[in-house]
Parts: sequence; structure tokens; C-alpha cells
Amino acid sequence: MSRADVTTAEPTRLTAPPPVVALEGITRVFSLGDVEVHALRGVSLSVQRGEFVAIMGASGSGKSTLMNVVGCLDRPTAGRYLLDGKDVSRQSRAALARTRNQTIGFVFQSFNLLARTTALENVELPLLYAGVGGKERRARATAALERVGLGQRLDHLPNQLSGGQQQRVAIARALVTRPSLLLADEPTGALDTKTSAEVMTLLSGLDDITVVLVTHEHDVAAWAQRVVTLRDGLVLSDVEQPPRRPAPDATHPTEA
Amino acid sequence: MGPLQTGRIALLALLRNKLRSFLTALGIIIGVAAVIAMVAIGEGAKSQVEAAFAAMGTNLLIIMPGSSSSGGARGGFGTQPTLTWDDLKAIQTEMPLVADAAPTLRTQAQVQSEEQNWGTSVQGTTPNYFRIRTWGTALGVPMTESDLDSGAKVVWLGATVAEKLFGAGADPIGQAVRIKGVPFIVSGVLLKKGQSPMGQDFDDTVFIPTSTFKARLQPGLGNFLSGVIFVQVRAGEDTGRAQRAITGLLRDRHRLGQGQEDDFSIRNLAEVASAQQQGADTLSALLASIAAVSLLVGGIGIMNIMLVSVTERTREIGIRMAVGATPAQILAQFLAEALVLALVGGLLGVGLGLFAAQQLSEQFGWPLLVRPDVVALATGFSGLVGVGFGLYPALKASRMDPITALRFE
Repeated sequence: MSRADVTTAEPTRLTAPPPVVALEGITRVFSLGDVEVHALRGVSLSVQRGEFVAIMGASGSGKSTLMNVVGCLDRPTAGRYLLDGKDVSRQSRAALARTRNQTIGFVFQSFNLLARTTALENVELPLLYAGVGGKERRARATAALERVGLGQRLDHLPNQLSGGQQQRVAIARALVTRPSLLLADEPTGALDTKTSAEVMTLLSGLDDITVVLVTHEHDVAAWAQRVVTLRDGLVLSDVEQPPRRPAPDATHPTEA
Repeated sequence: MGPLQTGRIALLALLRNKLRSFLTALGIIIGVAAVIAMVAIGEGAKSQVEAAFAAMGTNLLIIMPGSSSSGGARGGFGTQPTLTWDDLKAIQTEMPLVADAAPTLRTQAQVQSEEQNWGTSVQGTTPNYFRIRTWGTALGVPMTESDLDSGAKVVWLGATVAEKLFGAGADPIGQAVRIKGVPFIVSGVLLKKGQSPMGQDFDDTVFIPTSTFKARLQPGLGNFLSGVIFVQVRAGEDTGRAQRAITGLLRDRHRLGQGQEDDFSIRNLAEVASAQQQGADTLSALLASIAAVSLLVGGIGIMNIMLVSVTERTREIGIRMAVGATPAQILAQFLAEALVLALVGGLLGVGLGLFAAQQLSEQFGWPLLVRPDVVALATGFSGLVGVGFGLYPALKASRMDPITALRFE
């Protein structure tokens, strides 16, 4: 199935806005002394608005490198990357930082919350760097935490929260800037099965946001509408699938 | 993100590690306190010297009679009277650089009151001596020309002598004292003058008119002036120049040929004073520079801790970068932490330094001399130290690769 089909399958996309992610012949070469490692050998891929895409691949397949490039944490060696229609492949470090701040939200395997900092302050962090005023920052961070079901835990520190709750704080932090793209890197890698299901339910319920999920677990990839598989730095397959539906009792994350 | 916000983030980060932050700041605290206390000590010492010279009188030259040289054994200055009363008159009248000149004839004698006696130096002098030394009377009246003309048996007591003979706070005016058996009436008690730069008590002396001195105490040497001449150089004139002019005058009058030694000597108090002041300045600078070194060591402490902190918080830096902190914002944050550390340390140091300076001034009985410019300088310098030594760690943080930083365990 082609990507064009996905676009036309949804009537709202008929005006054809630019894809959120458009990669054209992306390569990434690392020089380790005399040896050159070709982590990406020419990846072309685009992700439309609202899609939920899983990127799969064994370790060494290049999925982490791709994730870093898509997340504007790294720049491709060659190729073009249009994020929201804007070429970001040659941006400076400072410009990339601003792009990450305004356009991308990250969810990591290890949560990556600031220790000894409350849930609210963690969620406020991206807004702080965006220059949002204190009052609005607080209001938006509170709303984001309420959205992930942690409205009662604003002042909790990460070490007072369970793994699932910490990951939900991280999701709130990723959502608070209303990004075009949410990048999740093995978001359930550190969670048990039940909590994983809760987190995945939450992510798949974000209909208004484009989600790119990097994982090596088929169980997790099953939640996505589309699975892109990498091998040796190239796209091996790109298939659409009926996403897994959340269990009826898991639609709303519990406070537990 | 405004500077206020950056400062707040820095403060919060520092408060997370209170003990470590305090110990790091301690280097700066001690450094700044040392600078302030040391400069205060230096200034105190300097003011002591200045006060001592102010007590001596300003623009003073002291002319002492020359050495005797009989049979190869040369006595020191003052062993032979070579100055004459005409020399004094010449200095007073012929020297445009000289404002005033006064003789003092000196002898050591026992001074007796009705109940006490005290060995002190008795000086014969003229009224202008008190003007030259800006030395007023605390009680009674000052010496006048008529005292001099009449050879009156009147005496002015130094504060120390007055206290020894009549007790502290007594009014001895009109009382009789005997000097070498000659009765004198106390006409005045002089104001307290304090100590000379060499620690000699100026107030342990009594004064009588020169005429009385010559007539009653020391018959004298006719035309020769058996004492020293105090010369006041005109205000604003160079004492060195006046000294050379007087030397020329006296050599002429004493008919000293080329190659012959002076038969008198002139002490230039301004030179002695400036030498002593230079000594005090050097001491001040030395103390301040030692203290500045400790401030520098404090700065290195900040750098050390900031480097540790940057490494320790690699993960945090990675997170901040991932959510959109620019390298400049990361730089600002760590620089602000170093700056806050140094400035808070600096302010605490100012407090400690002021306290130490106050304790020291009480200890030594000096006036508390805290120079505001030094306080400002020390605080400013500590801020500079913070930025200077915080820059490298902050740059290191800002140049981190977010991917590597996020993976840091």
C-alpha cells in the first residue's frame, strides 16, 4: 500500500498539507578513526499528519540513528529532511534546539525526567525554554498532566512516582508544547506488561498528534497503524496494519 | 528565558547540593573576607603613620648643630654648637621658602610640684614654635612675645607632665613648680600631641621662654644656639628645595669651602613621612595581594566543582537539550550557577570581612577603615572570578552532544 493511499483514505487530508516528516535519501556516516560506519544508507520516508508509525529493526539496523535524525538531535550526512515542510537537515545546533522545542516532543525508554524536580516543573521545562510566561506555563503544564491522568500528582517528585506514572509525566512534557511530532523511543522498555499497555493506550489515543515510535518489540509495534522496518540502514518494509485497540478497561489510565 | 529565570534555575540547582555549594563558596567567602580585612589592616597602619606625622607638624625641617671633630674622634650631630642666633635670624628673614623658624634649647631636668616630681625634658623656645607645630594650649594662655622679652619664669606643661605632677584632670594654672631649684609659675597646659612616628611621647616635656632658659637654666654659649631649629616651609613649597636653600645659606654663613663637610644637619620630616607611608603602602599592597591569591584559589575551587557538576549532570544537560535548550541557554545556566556561587560567596565574604576588620580595629585600637571601593572591588572581582572560572565548565556543558548526553549513565 502506498503512502498516497493513506492520504487520500482520509477526507480531511484532501487539501494535502505537507507531511510532518519527509525524508529524502537520508544517509548518516560515522567516522570512527579510519573506519567509516554507514548507519543510514539512503532512507526515504514520509509521515503524514496524525499517523501513528512504528519503526522496527534489530540493533544495528539504524533505527536509533534514524530516530536521532528525525528528532533533530543529529544531522544527516546527506539527504534532505523536511519537518513540517521546512528543511532542517542543515540547521545549526541552536536552530535545531529551537526546532526540537517547538515541533518535537520526546518520550524515552528511561523517562529522562529531571530528578528532585516536581512533575509540574518537569512538564514546564520545554515551555521555560520557549519563553512562555510563568502563569501560562503553569496552566498549560497542569492541563497536560491532567490529560495523562496525573492531575493529582503535580507536586510529586519522580522518585515518588511509579514507572508508568513517570512515563506519563514524560508524555505530558512531550505534549505540552503542542508539537507536530511525538517521538517515542522504546517507551515501554522499562515497564511491565500492564503498565506498558496503559502507556500505549495513552499514546495511541493521541489522535491529534503524529506519533513515531521506535521499538524492537512486535507487541508494541502492534499498536501502530503502520510499521516501517529497517535493516542495514535501509527501509526493508513499510506496511500498514489495523492497529491494536486498547482493552475496554484501559482506555483511561488509572491513578494507581 | 530572561536573566531572572536563568538565575532562579541556577539557584535551585545549587540548593539541591547545599553542602557542596557552601563549601565551594567558602573559598570565595574566605578570599573576599581576607581582602577586606587585610586592606583594613593596611589602611589602619597607614592612618597610624599619617596621624603620627600630622602630630609632628607639616612641612617641617629640623636643623641640628654640627659634629665636633677634635683629635680625630668625631662626635655625632649636636655634639658641638655650630648654629648661631644670627643663623636663625638669617633663616627667618632671608629665606623666601621659609614660613617660620623657631629654636628649641633642650635640657633634661627634674620638675617638682608641691607633692610630686618628674624627670622630663625642659625646652626653651619662642611663641612661634607652637605655631609651627600647630600645638595649642588646653588650659591657660599661650606663650607670648612679652614672656620672651621679660624673661618671665613661666612654664607650659606637656599633657603627660601635667598629669604626673598634678594628677589627671587637675587645673595647675597659677601653681608653682621648681626646675633645677628655680621656681616657675604654670601658665598653661598644652593639648595632647600623642606619639612621634618613633614612639616618643611628645607630651612628656615642658616649655619655657628661651630667654629664661638661657638666663636661669643654662648660661649658654653667647652667640651660639645650643639646641635645634624647627623650620616651617611655606605651604605648597617643596621641602627638599627649602632644605637645599638653607644648606647653601648656612654653608655660606659658616664659610665652609668646597669639599668640607656640613657642620650641621637638616632632617626633612616630609621625606621621613613619605618613606614611612611608602612602607605602610607596601604592607597594604602585600596583604591585599596575598588575599587576592586566596580569592583566586577560591575561583579554582569553583571551576573544579563546576566541572564535576557538569559531568555529573550530563544526563540533565541531555534532557534540557532534548526539550529545546539551545547551547547558549545551557551556557547561561552553568555560568549563572558559577556566578551565583561566587556572588553569594562574595557577599558573605564582605560580611565576614567587615566583622573581622571591626574585631581587628578594636584589638589594635585603630579606627575602622573599610574602604567602600575595596568592598565593591572585592565583590566585583569575586563575580569576575565566577564568570572567569565558570566559563570553561559552562562551555563544556553547552558543547555536549545531546545524544551522547542522554545516553550517559
